[in-house]
Amino acid sequence: MILGLTRGWSLTGYTIAAIIILPLFALLLQAAMPDEEVFSHLYDTVLPTYIYNSLMLMLLVGFGSLIIAIPAAWFVARCDFPGRKQFQWLLLLPLAMPAYIVAYVYTDLFDYAGVVQRTLRSVFEWQTPQDYYFPEVRSLGGAAIMLSLVLFPYVYLLARTAFMEQSSSLLHASRIMGCSPWKSFWRLALPMARPALAVGVALVAMETAADFATVSYFAVPTLTTAVYDTWLGYGSLAAAAKLSTIMLLVIFVMVGVERFARRKQKLFQRQSDFNEADRYLLTGWKKFAATGYCSLLLWFAFIWPFAILCQYAFDYFEQSWSAEFLEYSLNSLYIAALVSFICVALSLLLMFIRRISPRSMDSLPSRLSSTGYAIPGTVLAIGVLSPLTLLDFSINDLYQYFDAQGPGLLFTGSVFALVFAFCVRFMAITIGSIENSYKRISPSLDMASITMGQNPKQLLWRVHLPLLKKGIFAGALLVFIESMKELPAALLLRPIGFENLATYVFQYVSDEQLELGALSAIVIVLVGLIPLIYLNRSLEQKS
Amino acid sequence: MKLLKSIAILGLASVAGVVNAAESLTVYSYRQAFLIDPILEKFTQDTGIKVDVVFSKKGIAERIQREGQLSPADVVLTSDFSRLMELVEKDLVAPVSSDVINGNIPSQFRAPDNTWYALTQRVRNVYSSRDRLGKLDINYEDLAAPKYKGKICTRSGKHPYNAALVASMIAHHGEAEAKTWLQGVKDNLARKPQGNDRAQVKAVKEGLCDIAIGNSYYLGKMLADPKQVSWAESVFLNFPNQANRGSHVNVSGMVLAKHSKNKDNAIKLMEFLTSNVAQQAYAEVNYEYPVNPSVKPSKLVASWGEFKADALPIHKLAENHQAAIKLLDEVKFDL
Repeated sequence: MILGLTRGWSLTGYTIAAIIILPLFALLLQAAMPDEEVFSHLYDTVLPTYIYNSLMLMLLVGFGSLIIAIPAAWFVARCDFPGRKQFQWLLLLPLAMPAYIVAYVYTDLFDYAGVVQRTLRSVFEWQTPQDYYFPEVRSLGGAAIMLSLVLFPYVYLLARTAFMEQSSSLLHASRIMGCSPWKSFWRLALPMARPALAVGVALVAMETAADFATVSYFAVPTLTTAVYDTWLGYGSLAAAAKLSTIMLLVIFVMVGVERFARRKQKLFQRQSDFNEADRYLLTGWKKFAATGYCSLLLWFAFIWPFAILCQYAFDYFEQSWSAEFLEYSLNSLYIAALVSFICVALSLLLMFIRRISPRSMDSLPSRLSSTGYAIPGTVLAIGVLSPLTLLDFSINDLYQYFDAQGPGLLFTGSVFALVFAFCVRFMAITIGSIENSYKRISPSLDMASITMGQNPKQLLWRVHLPLLKKGIFAGALLVFIESMKELPAALLLRPIGFENLATYVFQYVSDEQLELGALSAIVIVLVGLIPLIYLNRSLEQKS
Repeated sequence: MKLLKSIAILGLASVAGVVNAAESLTVYSYRQAFLIDPILEKFTQDTGIKVDVVFSKKGIAERIQREGQLSPADVVLTSDFSRLMELVEKDLVAPVSSDVINGNIPSQFRAPDNTWYALTQRVRNVYSSRDRLGKLDINYEDLAAPKYKGKICTRSGKHPYNAALVASMIAHHGEAEAKTWLQGVKDNLARKPQGNDRAQVKAVKEGLCDIAIGNSYYLGKMLADPKQVSWAESVFLNFPNQANRGSHVNVSGMVLAKHSKNKDNAIKLMEFLTSNVAQQAYAEVNYEYPVNPSVKPSKLVASWGEFKADALPIHKLAENHQAAIKLLDEVKFDL
């Protein structure tokens, strides 16, 4: 870029990045501390099971999401059948549903005391659990199904876009060369979509690794729940940090493998030449199969659990509509809005520096700041606390030095710790969306405005910002939903006396009384829906 | 220098703005809101001292430890004994000298050095299915007997209530024997440990298991909830080990936080919690056994009958707590 940035800009970028990755360093430091042999005890006893459960779950959910999402994405992107237009966005809805709520609802239905087994028992006159076999809902497999139902939209979204953008002429060519539709899908479309699928599965696996509530409700201990238990059960922060480090290692290896697997894949295709006439018009049973498949998926992943939630909320409305409910809703909205705003502001600054700085090293801060998304909330909480506690004490010591009454726990005693952790975790989302929008702005525009005498601030404010508006908004919305839903970091970092909707609902879930928290759960879902619908609309307009 | 100092103070003060009101207390509570709130409201009415309560199921001790001398906590309420001891061991408590409290609480329910006080007793019971087992004369040791294979339901072994039971087994039988017993119980489980005590009774009602391990006050709670009456009515409550050492008893309790800024008011609150009024409320609202001997258990609780409690000194439970958690991991009780 032709514009020389002052050192101040670089310094700001590096400072932001340093603050964002500070928790990671704190965590590693903490892991190096002695832990009174708690870790070696865990290592000898339960750790192998925790690791096995974590890996198995990531594998199963990744695989499950692929199987569920690919057909749906293909139907919607490339075929025509009744309801296609609606399913296009309806299938995103499950993303707004926290997995533990789906898990609760299905447990209520399918466990021994649930309607399904009760009916079976009365029909076949079985008396005891020994009389028949029924798969246990609260199990590793059960958790995998619940998480797949909720997380598949990540794969679906990316696969749908990939299929849409695939060159129609290639697919036509394959058909002319004698491929059946099935064969051309299998040998051409699917392999071409592989990079998108890989990214989708990586996202799903990360979300799975970070899941705390579903597995703890299902009593399937994973590394994430183990971190929580080791910290609060054994009281060993150091051992918890060691477990967290293993967890991070697993995740980074996974991300690495995913990158390695598609290192040689490059897509050479021009702008999508897709047009509506290229859709396969499904007829006969195929038409019903496609509609049926999408409807069933939507039914199980969203409509049914949501309907049951509404039923609960209706039945228990009086107990649920309380001053606390309103207070926690406001808390949730406030935190989510604050986090979105901070993430956008910082990401924008970092991406701006990266774009116009002549120094190649200035692209580093934005890359570093994206690592947080891979860190599960439980793990992140440990990393956030140690430096902030240190900071709190230093400030109070400073006051004491001046013989003054200190401010108390300024950072760990307020929502600061929570907001900080959320920002670290979700910055990657806004960085990604702003990066994408930047790609669409021609560099010559920057040059033109500088020639016209704009300084960097004016360039950012008057030229880039208006053009980035959409990307910024989309990113902010995603961060907003994630902040509403994020549970483990909130559980561990909320200041004394502070609850938000996620922690409130989870408390009821773990007490097996979701009925009373259903109203709050509905708010989480509904607030999550608005951004999803908006996001989808902007995606559609783009394509 | 003086100028510099005052500027610094001004600057720092503008960031802070946290004021400590004299007539208010902060209580950190492991115990649930529905139980504590009415009692504290009464306290505020009587004394004019405002009480802010913070509830959490886990991690309060870790939190206070981290907060150190900056901690806003004045009084901590716990729902079991291991957590009282955890607070003591981490040196987070201040001893209290109050004749009122000592008069209200018998010596076996408080620390010799006045660092902790029990508030209520809670008995770990064995619930049995009315239809399939009937009333039982049972010992905890019997839970490992082969005849109960596939018949027992319980919550996570790591939960403080179960961990304390395991700790008491270690105290009575030694670690090796306790481990064999625990393995036996695990082999008898009808399903992986999950849910809370209430959920275990529900499972008995549904026929998933015949025996549930649970605290007695859950029976009262279920009887008070129209939806759950039928669960409660499907079981008998059995006090274990009546022919020998007596049933395992855990206690809920309280401590004064080491760095409390309002120790006088905090002690007033603690005295109130041991008084007849508050103890009565505990007994009525949560169906627990009061520790103040002048307060009787509620009618319902009394109807469950008298029982003999294990005379094992409570601090023995704490000594074996870590060992119990480790045993639970060693036999992979929850996995």
